Amino acid sequence: MQGTPKNVAAVAIFFLVIAAPHLINLVYAKAWTRPSEDTPRIRALAEKECLESEGWMRRHHMDLLLAWRDAALRDTDRVYQNGRGERYDVSLMRTCLNCHSNRAEFCDRCHAFAAVEPDCWQCHYAPEQVAKEGWR
Amino acid sequence: MSLDRRGFLKLAGFIGLVAGTACARRLAGPGSRYTTADGALEAKRWAMVIDMRRFTTAGDTQRVIDACHKAHNVPRIDDVRHEVKWIWTDTFDHVFPDQTHAHLPKALQERPFLLLCNQCDNPPCTRVCPTDATYRLADGIVAQDYHRCIGCRFCMAGCPYGARSFNWVNPRPYVGEVNPEFPTRSIGVVEKCNFCVDRLERGEVVRCAEVSAGGIVVGDLNDPESEVSRLLERHYTLTRKPQLGARPNVFYIVDDNVTGGEEEYVG
Amino acid sequence: MLAKLLHGGPRYWAWVTLLALLALAGVATYVHQFQVGLGITGMGRDVSWGLYIGQFTFLVGVAASAVMLVIPFYLHDYQTFGKVVVFGEILAVAAVTMCILFIMADMGMPQRVLYVVLHPRPNSILFWDATVLTGYFLLNFVISTVSLYYQARGDHHPRWLNPLIYLSIPWAISIHTVTAFLYAGLPGRDYWLTAILAPRFLASAFAAGPAFLILCLFIVRRVSRFDPGERTLQTLAKIIAYAMVTNLFFLVLEVFTAFYSQIPGHMTPFVYLFMGLGEDTLLVPFMRLSVILGVVSVVLLVPSRSRNHPVTLVIACVCLFLSLMLEKGFGLIVAGFVPNPLERVVEYWPTPPELTIAAGVWAIGLLVLTLGFKIALAVREQELAVRPQAA
Repeated sequence: MQGTPKNVAAVAIFFLVIAAPHLINLVYAKAWTRPSEDTPRIRALAEKECLESEGWMRRHHMDLLLAWRDAALRDTDRVYQNGRGERYDVSLMRTCLNCHSNRAEFCDRCHAFAAVEPDCWQCHYAPEQVAKEGWR
Repeated sequence: MSLDRRGFLKLAGFIGLVAGTACARRLAGPGSRYTTADGALEAKRWAMVIDMRRFTTAGDTQRVIDACHKAHNVPRIDDVRHEVKWIWTDTFDHVFPDQTHAHLPKALQERPFLLLCNQCDNPPCTRVCPTDATYRLADGIVAQDYHRCIGCRFCMAGCPYGARSFNWVNPRPYVGEVNPEFPTRSIGVVEKCNFCVDRLERGEVVRCAEVSAGGIVVGDLNDPESEVSRLLERHYTLTRKPQLGARPNVFYIVDDNVTGGEEEYVG
Repeated sequence: MLAKLLHGGPRYWAWVTLLALLALAGVATYVHQFQVGLGITGMGRDVSWGLYIGQFTFLVGVAASAVMLVIPFYLHDYQTFGKVVVFGEILAVAAVTMCILFIMADMGMPQRVLYVVLHPRPNSILFWDATVLTGYFLLNFVISTVSLYYQARGDHHPRWLNPLIYLSIPWAISIHTVTAFLYAGLPGRDYWLTAILAPRFLASAFAAGPAFLILCLFIVRRVSRFDPGERTLQTLAKIIAYAMVTNLFFLVLEVFTAFYSQIPGHMTPFVYLFMGLGEDTLLVPFMRLSVILGVVSVVLLVPSRSRNHPVTLVIACVCLFLSLMLEKGFGLIVAGFVPNPLERVVEYWPTPPELTIAAGVWAIGLLVLTLGFKIALAVREQELAVRPQAA
């Protein structure tokens, strides 16, 4: 291949396009900060445990929410009994967000790092949205 | 029959797909499971009787409407095109056009009749939904899954009662006082009265019935001892557009003695 | 074949640029609609389907009309149509493209459209409509592309294409029947709840589609060296004459049932469309215009002298197409929702953003049509170079 200006320009543009995601990340990527579990409800808990283990939850929370969605809406199974025999209301807002009432410091931290924008918040209220005046 | 490598891979993939789908269970943590709530209100066939004798003024009905809309974060949009309503009122000639004639009592003509989703036995709306976003539960409630709805509005065209609303705009700015226990809907999906299925499952009474001071009664049609069954046994009731075969489950008691005057019974 | 798209005169490039700009305007407006919601259209809680679904319905008909060329040529060996069948198939591809785009534009959650495939419900006619339209698109795309490929080499199309061609005949009928079923099975909508809706759809489809094709062929004759031939145009004109007369006859049948029975539910939508209800008269001038244009087209199409004369034929086709676009692409949908289930009238009128998006979809469809025709014409030239006796 000849090193003519048109060829060089074409190759340069190609590499720019290929490297674009990394270049964009240089500007826009968020660093990961550990999600904070410091909420009034969690502070008040004697045993600071979620319905499943942290590792399982980190891996499966989205799948669990999808399963909960179908369980609650389609099969009307509104109680989730975990391996320890504890019973929980199958509800994002009333169960999960009851303890994890700090969306910006909990959910958003990992989601921002992973550049994921789940659209739960279009419908489901995060507690700080309701609590704040002028939340909209 | 000899199987070459490609054929084997295709067969294995197909078996794997079938087996995987067949074995697919709802995700639960180690040792966890799903069950129904204790104290949930259950029925084989939910129904509602609206005793219109107890709703004579706009105030009576507005109380019911406000309670429902507040409990479910229904947005208040003042544009007739974009409004979202789960329960509202209209007059007899609009609610029962097939039962209307020119010589109805004036008091009846002016009464505000409550309208909502009729939770039909044979609903045209679930028949036409292409994604199963609206469906009938086993206990008769016609439910809506807002996560599945693609916003095609076929169900709105199918409903013969005009019970469904679409979110033409983002509803969030129009929700008044927020009920933090219940979500809103998003833009682009259809919604309607959900018969308080979320409240029933926690043992709570249907909200409109709760504030209706006995004007709205909800119960199990399959139970002959339930209040709805006994009311239906005692009173002549109307349903909307019965000739269409949707088999609605909202029954209206319309007392013919609407002026409350004395009557003489002949014979 | 695709390289042929880049060789054209100034008129070609001007036309393509115009369409591209219109398409861009439509897409930009659609992005706005996607963000802000369908509230920027004129639709509402009562008239929940409007221009988008109306145009979709009309264009399904135009797409189905390819069968009016396929049946005579492939089934009955009517050789005259041999040169133009592929244009009908390209028109079908362009029309189905527009149908799909109009559906996407009308959806509240278009990003979830794959749920129709992932969570299918055979009970729902919309599921079947999506299936048959996708199938029809693929059928016509494959048939036209493969035919052109072989035609360019001076060959006949391959034998394996024949089953697909024969399949496209009942399939074309099915797409418009299924589309009619969307409306004709809804118990709450009196205007649509009639068995004659599917026959009305088919009759108007077989009038509007070939009429549009006739207009396209006149343009093709002007801008290229391809001449479809007088017999082709005359036979097509006969077809649309019969179809339009049938369509108007069906309309008369509907009006008779509604007004002789004197049932308010049957009469009210017709009264709304053609006379207005009280002050609600938005659609009246357009529906009356639709009937006038339809009658004019029939008056010009029935006598052979005016049907075969190019000027009157063009006028007739334009009138016919506009008449049906107004009636099926607009009036039919709105009247299904007027009056609403509570016997109240809420009127509908498309808003400027809605019209822009609709124009953009049309521009994209016409672009597909133009590019397809361009390839077909270039292939024709190539075929004549290889096999001059094919002219």
